[in-house]
Amino acid sequence: MIALVHHARRLSKAPSFTSMVTVVLLAAMLLIGGALYEGFLSLQVMLNLLIDNAFLLVIAIGMGFVILSGGIDLSVGAVLALSTMIAAWLLQVAHWPPLAVIAVVLLMGAAFGGGMGAIIHYFRLQPFIVTLAGMFLARGLCYLISIESITIEDPLFVAMSQTQIPFFGGFLSPGALIALGMLAFAVWLAHYSGFGRAVYAVGGNEQSAAMMGLSVGRTKVAVYALSGFCASLAGLLFAFYMLSGYGLHAQGTELDAIAAVVIGGTLLTGGYGYIAGALSGVLVLGTIQTLIAFDGTLSSWWTRIVIGGLLFVFCVVQRVMSFKSK
Amino acid sequence: MTVAKLTAGTQDSFVSKVLSHHLFRPLAALGVLLLIDFLLIPGFFRLEIKDGHLYGALVDIVNRAAPLMLAAIGMTLVIATRGIDISVGAVVALSGTVASMLIGGTMVIQDGVPVYVAETPMLIAMAAALGAALLCGLWNGALVAGLGLQPIVATLILMVAGRGLAQLLTDGQIVTVYYQPFFFLGSGYLFGLPFALFVVAAVFGVTALLLRHTALGLFIQAVGINPVAARLAGIRTAALIVFVYVFAAACAGMAGLMISSNVKSADANNAGLMLELDAILAVTLGGTSLAGGKFSLAGSIIGALIIQTLTYTIYSLGVPPEINMVVKSVVVFLVCISQSDQFKNLWKRRAA
Repeated sequence: MIALVHHARRLSKAPSFTSMVTVVLLAAMLLIGGALYEGFLSLQVMLNLLIDNAFLLVIAIGMGFVILSGGIDLSVGAVLALSTMIAAWLLQVAHWPPLAVIAVVLLMGAAFGGGMGAIIHYFRLQPFIVTLAGMFLARGLCYLISIESITIEDPLFVAMSQTQIPFFGGFLSPGALIALGMLAFAVWLAHYSGFGRAVYAVGGNEQSAAMMGLSVGRTKVAVYALSGFCASLAGLLFAFYMLSGYGLHAQGTELDAIAAVVIGGTLLTGGYGYIAGALSGVLVLGTIQTLIAFDGTLSSWWTRIVIGGLLFVFCVVQRVMSFKSK
Repeated sequence: MTVAKLTAGTQDSFVSKVLSHHLFRPLAALGVLLLIDFLLIPGFFRLEIKDGHLYGALVDIVNRAAPLMLAAIGMTLVIATRGIDISVGAVVALSGTVASMLIGGTMVIQDGVPVYVAETPMLIAMAAALGAALLCGLWNGALVAGLGLQPIVATLILMVAGRGLAQLLTDGQIVTVYYQPFFFLGSGYLFGLPFALFVVAAVFGVTALLLRHTALGLFIQAVGINPVAARLAGIRTAALIVFVYVFAAACAGMAGLMISSNVKSADANNAGLMLELDAILAVTLGGTSLAGGKFSLAGSIIGALIIQTLTYTIYSLGVPPEINMVVKSVVVFLVCISQSDQFKNLWKRRAA
């Protein structure tokens, strides 16, 4: 018994504590949902969580790297919208082949992010303000292309939106599989590559990282380029999902992504966390939405209030943890 | 240095003083914009008096910039302490919603004439709205000063949840106000000028007095430059930080009242959307450094005017309004880069 208490105490002091809290929270929410609503715990509802939030997962992965490096990227929602817009315009108006469109959109996202990263690093500006300006720029560019929403009719995109890949009796969308693939790649990148180590080091302490001989500049630019790439990939997934490009798509997604990363257990001050936490964070947000949808009497704005509340709780937990460790 | 050069130096010291004044760059930017308007928009500077009110493009710009100026005044103090408040838009939505819901307005027949009567006395409703804003500020301040959260994260929570609360209050509907006296705040005229201007002038005046004639301004600067040193020097940093967030929220609350009074309704979904970004932009344009410490209230007012003039110019030139955002973002990039030391060094090296 004493050993158990001791163990629990040590566990609550471990840095991974918030990540575990998230997983427990997720399980609790799913069980409550299952107890309250019939059919809530069915496999397809769980898989729908992934299908509906694939784009958010991809964005949260990119945001995870940025936050790990000690920065923040507010432009992701706007870059997502810009990607859907460019893709729709190239397909419908310029009649480009879909694969070329996908390549161009991904390159554009990476270049956009990389550009912001370069400005942040070389002019020593706060990431917050630079990515804020990037957000304005990307949304503005959307409207320059078109104010109206553009419907996508390209066969490949339509196929991506309608294909159902069988999965243990349920089905997943290709978008969800791409998001999971990206997650696997990102986990490898964060924990088993030199780049990942550099990101953690820069987020932990930029000066020490520089003294250790790590290329801080290259890492920071790459982190924002990766986030831009993820945002444009999320844009493509969103375009598969909605089959349209629109300047108002995914407003406020940057906040959801930040919330997902924080809830997933990554420290907002950088240097500590797990990329895989993005998945649990996104699933928690998705479950809140599903709970509210199943309930039917609660309005959608409860989602925002609950997300705000969760964000608060997790920030406080992080804060208390860091007091303890000092 | 030769004598001749020295005397030349004293002669143009007035010029260099003007050039190096912290308001020079924002004022120059505003001047350039106004010049463009003067050249391209016929009758831009024409002012006329109709029904005892002053009308004209300039009055229009200043009037429309009023809520932004209010939000920017509050944001200036927050940024001066090295913080940031991104919940401004949510507070605007919340305070506008509270006021509109409480005032509402029902039609009553008085002496055979239909008259709209407020559901709650207007002053109480406005006080309640400002009270809600103050609570928001207190919440932000407690998270930043008490828990030590990063300001952007602390205010992010309210940014996400605040609008949700406003939507919850109104059930997502737009609340319309039918009570005449409430409209005075947003669209009334006093001495021939928009009433909103007097509100802004009053808030600006009181804030400037507080900062200049008490030690408050100095304390805020001290906290912005080095919070730890400020605390060690005996400044009650926590109380000060709570104060600036409460103050910013109060300004935002007032802006919310003004906006909902101007459009005679409150829209929890869209009121004050992105206002926080415009306020931050106004403060930055006004020459206040985002790194904290030095700040300029007058600069923020000029920054807000620059943004509104830019919007007005874009609209009246017949340029698609969508370009507005692109132009704004390019302006932010340029201003931020020109503020950075790296850029200044580059410039100096070039000049040397």
